[in-house]
Amino acid sequence: MNLRDLTALQLAQKLQKREVGVVEVTADLLGAIKGAKNLNIAVTVCEKEALAQAEQVQKRLDAGEIHSPLAGVPMAVKDNICTRDINTTCGSKMLENFKPPYNATVMNKLCEADTILCAKMNMDEFAMGSTTETSYFGQVKNPWNTNHVPGGSSGGSAATVAARAAYFTLGSDTGGSIRQPASFCGVTGIKPTYGRVSRYGLIAYASSLDQIGPIARTAEDAAAVLDIISGYDRADSTSLNQPAGGFLAALKGDIKGLKVGIPREYFAQGLDEEVKASVLAAAKQLESMGAQVEEFSLPMTKYAIPTYYIIASAEASSNLSRYDGIKYGYRHEKPEDLIDLYLKSRSEGFGREVKRRIMLGAFALSSGYYDAYYKKALQAKALIKKAFDDAFEKYDIILSPTAPTAALKLGESLDDPLKMYLGDIYTVSVNLAGLPALVAPCGFTQSGLPIGVQLIGKPLEEAALLNTAHAYQQATDFHKKAPLSVEVMK
Amino acid sequence: MQITDEIITYVAALARLELSESEEKQTKKDLGDIISYINMLDELDTTGIEPMSHTFDIKNVFREDIVVPSADRDLLLSNAALKSEECFKVPKTVE
Amino acid sequence: MNYEVVIGLEVHVELATASKIFCGCTTAFGGAPNTHCCPVCTGMPGTLPVLNRKVVEFTIAAGLATDCNITRNCKFDRKNYFYPDLPKAYQVSQLYFPICRDGDVEIETDGVKKKVHIHEIHMEEDAGKLIHDPWEDTTLVDYNRCGVPLIEIVSDPDMRSANEVMAYLQALKARLEYLGVSDCKMQEGSMRADINLSVRPMGATELGTRTEMKNMNSFKAIGRAIEFEAKRQIELLEDSKKVTQQTRRWDDNKGVSMAMRSKENAQDYRYFPEPDLTPIYISQEWIDEILAAQPEMPKAKRARYISELGLPEYDTDIITGSKHLADLFEKTTVLTGQPKEVSNWIMGEMMKLLNENEKQPEDIDFSPENFAKLIQLVEKGTINRNTAKKVFAEVFLQNINPEQYVKDKGLQMISDEGAVRSTIEKVLADNPQSVSDFQAGKQKAFGFLVGQAMKELRGKADPAMINALIKELLQ
Repeated sequence: MNLRDLTALQLAQKLQKREVGVVEVTADLLGAIKGAKNLNIAVTVCEKEALAQAEQVQKRLDAGEIHSPLAGVPMAVKDNICTRDINTTCGSKMLENFKPPYNATVMNKLCEADTILCAKMNMDEFAMGSTTETSYFGQVKNPWNTNHVPGGSSGGSAATVAARAAYFTLGSDTGGSIRQPASFCGVTGIKPTYGRVSRYGLIAYASSLDQIGPIARTAEDAAAVLDIISGYDRADSTSLNQPAGGFLAALKGDIKGLKVGIPREYFAQGLDEEVKASVLAAAKQLESMGAQVEEFSLPMTKYAIPTYYIIASAEASSNLSRYDGIKYGYRHEKPEDLIDLYLKSRSEGFGREVKRRIMLGAFALSSGYYDAYYKKALQAKALIKKAFDDAFEKYDIILSPTAPTAALKLGESLDDPLKMYLGDIYTVSVNLAGLPALVAPCGFTQSGLPIGVQLIGKPLEEAALLNTAHAYQQATDFHKKAPLSVEVMK
Repeated sequence: MQITDEIITYVAALARLELSESEEKQTKKDLGDIISYINMLDELDTTGIEPMSHTFDIKNVFREDIVVPSADRDLLLSNAALKSEECFKVPKTVE
Repeated sequence: MNYEVVIGLEVHVELATASKIFCGCTTAFGGAPNTHCCPVCTGMPGTLPVLNRKVVEFTIAAGLATDCNITRNCKFDRKNYFYPDLPKAYQVSQLYFPICRDGDVEIETDGVKKKVHIHEIHMEEDAGKLIHDPWEDTTLVDYNRCGVPLIEIVSDPDMRSANEVMAYLQALKARLEYLGVSDCKMQEGSMRADINLSVRPMGATELGTRTEMKNMNSFKAIGRAIEFEAKRQIELLEDSKKVTQQTRRWDDNKGVSMAMRSKENAQDYRYFPEPDLTPIYISQEWIDEILAAQPEMPKAKRARYISELGLPEYDTDIITGSKHLADLFEKTTVLTGQPKEVSNWIMGEMMKLLNENEKQPEDIDFSPENFAKLIQLVEKGTINRNTAKKVFAEVFLQNINPEQYVKDKGLQMISDEGAVRSTIEKVLADNPQSVSDFQAGKQKAFGFLVGQAMKELRGKADPAMINALIKELLQ
């Protein structure tokens, strides 16, 4: 059996039993990443650091010093997560050579759990996008069909897992950026409850919406990773006072009596028929396993997109103001004066989509428009949260499609931004309400593109989501399929 | 509400972005389309709804007033394109 | 036409916490550039703020000491603008829900009392410093001061003269010093005042266009700036010109204010609630705790000095006007048991020395112990007052131990009456003319003889003893 067909947990077991070595496994994975060059998944490959760390971890494994469930497993993280002394670019020219002198909290945790960082994955610039086509370092291709996008903004992270070029990755999700690429790439991803995972060291897009989360091939693996990266962090004021872990242990595989709600507004016009069929089939599967599945009305659905784009763009316009070339990042070389330094550094350093969202955000906050846009959006956000709170009185989990379609073709989305934004219809409200949500593969289109089903949970109820997906994955095999190109690569 | 040239110029200056003529035109169109769409929020009755800036009801997250060693200056300066031995550098600021 | 000057103040005060508002870097003044910094206060990507509890406590204390209402639910907002001294390109401040509102500070000028209304007090973070490099014609940026906690105290435009402004600032400074929440040193920048000034015809009710003045580094400079700007605005109006609303920079060397180019246009700060910090809920218990810990404030201290210690009002006002003076007074009084004596020394010799040396009460660095020793030396009759004044100057400048000093320099008074008597007999014998002058009724001669005797005794005698002995010998 090919090593890279193993799940992260399976690999970890083999490593513990000394059936295979950490350095061997790491070198193999580095080879896979480099071999997937045509997909353009990685911005930086940290070969030297990875092999050095692998040696250290092997020594400690040999000495019987470590037993963490994922010890020795090589992985990769999205390039907006700060890694000490290793380029962290956010897919942007603005941070092309930025080497943070600190680690994100999640990186420290992954290091303490003895997982091996192999690469920084490509992404939409500053996490703004749904196709990973806005990266300064070039677009990422979907391993299932290289004429299609992998989704975004964590397209690199999702494609990597699908291509078996990492046992798991970390992505970030502000309006669907873990879930939608997971869906497009046929892998499992979870956006935790807002505050569940520390944001310290995550380069901010929209502070009130961002969360880091795992992308893996199984819900079990995702649970194991979430065990490591979750937990209270006093360096992040929005971090929830919850201990780390407990997710893997909570997987029992039994969903009898689980109350699942399906919002009828999510199945209206605009949803691709194949996607609809797959997602409803998943619901049927859950029902056959003992869940109670029911349709219901979830109000506020159509207001989620405008609310999201105002809030996310507004916060982004503020978060990205610090990029001026003075302390770090791209700096225009010969400015006429100070203002020129700002104008040129920022205009040359940022790409089109980033500039567009900065403009939208600055507008929504500007004098005379604040009440009509930003304030209004915060009120709508309160109503959206309430709609979910009400729904969760009746249901344990809400089931829905992840995106209206499967992966779109490359080059089709960027010229019609509004259309691209509308593709986020099922994912953005989750971030607005701070809820956890998981995506797992539930089918394929006729043309072989993956489809993912989204499960939305109550605040802090990641365990229910992971358990449901785990149960589903015991009974189905969509998550086991690999892209043909990967089969060929082996 | 219309996105006018004046608005584009004003917002670009606010955000310290310099747009070419074609970029200005395109941005004007894009923002116009997006704002038109976003204006659907007007139909939402939000009377009496408190704007929700923070999703969960967490309050009073504090740290104690304890000094910890500051960072190594060279590390802090390490990513700056232009600097002196001690400071970041910018073109002369006008007072 | 007679004009009225209308003044409101925005006072920024650096809080005396040990660490910064959102990170653990030190707030200590000075330090080599960029050595009191970390990724958080330099705004590096991915970093996040965590609020220093003491900042909130100090601010509540300041609000209570100025009779403000404490906002029970408050939060921070981002004030967005671009300037190199602001690393995140936004300042975390409070616009929508400031922590304190609606306070008062009572002032008295020329015997007239009035209240200056405080519109609000809010918390915010300080920015860095820009240093112009003349050699390379660039500007250097030092972020040491970034993140030092500030409170901004905003008054209503209730003041009508430079005197009222000084009185207000003195009152604020005293209260904040007493609380220990700031050292309020204008010359170090831990207290800064921006002046909003407009003029209008006497009797008018509408406010004129105001300007905002910055960069006054001392109380005196504030006075000069107010005089200049009021005159400038009045001259414009008399010339039928308009006052432009703008921010102006005071140049104390040239004695003029000049419009600041970088702040010409009204800024659109795009304030919105800071998502990286949680809202603050201030319970009644917390307020009560802070109020209970409030030290004796100037008003109460003043009343106590007058009623319990019997000090005159004028002395009390001066001494309670500064925590440093009050502390010195109280500690020395405990050691000597002589409040009036201590007060006299402070009001007399010490004020003189402060002025001569261009120092402020906060610069006092001699100990109450040495001060007390000096007073006791006089009380015991070891030295006379003249000598004591000279010794006091040494205590003031060098904090010497007066007992040791007097011993080392041999300054003790000659107390042996016999020795004094024989010296006086000699003086009388050497000055027969003065003796006969005095006996003829010329009082001046007596003073001359006293002076001569003192000279012979090298100043180390009790004038009373000399007086008595000369009188006796001339009978």
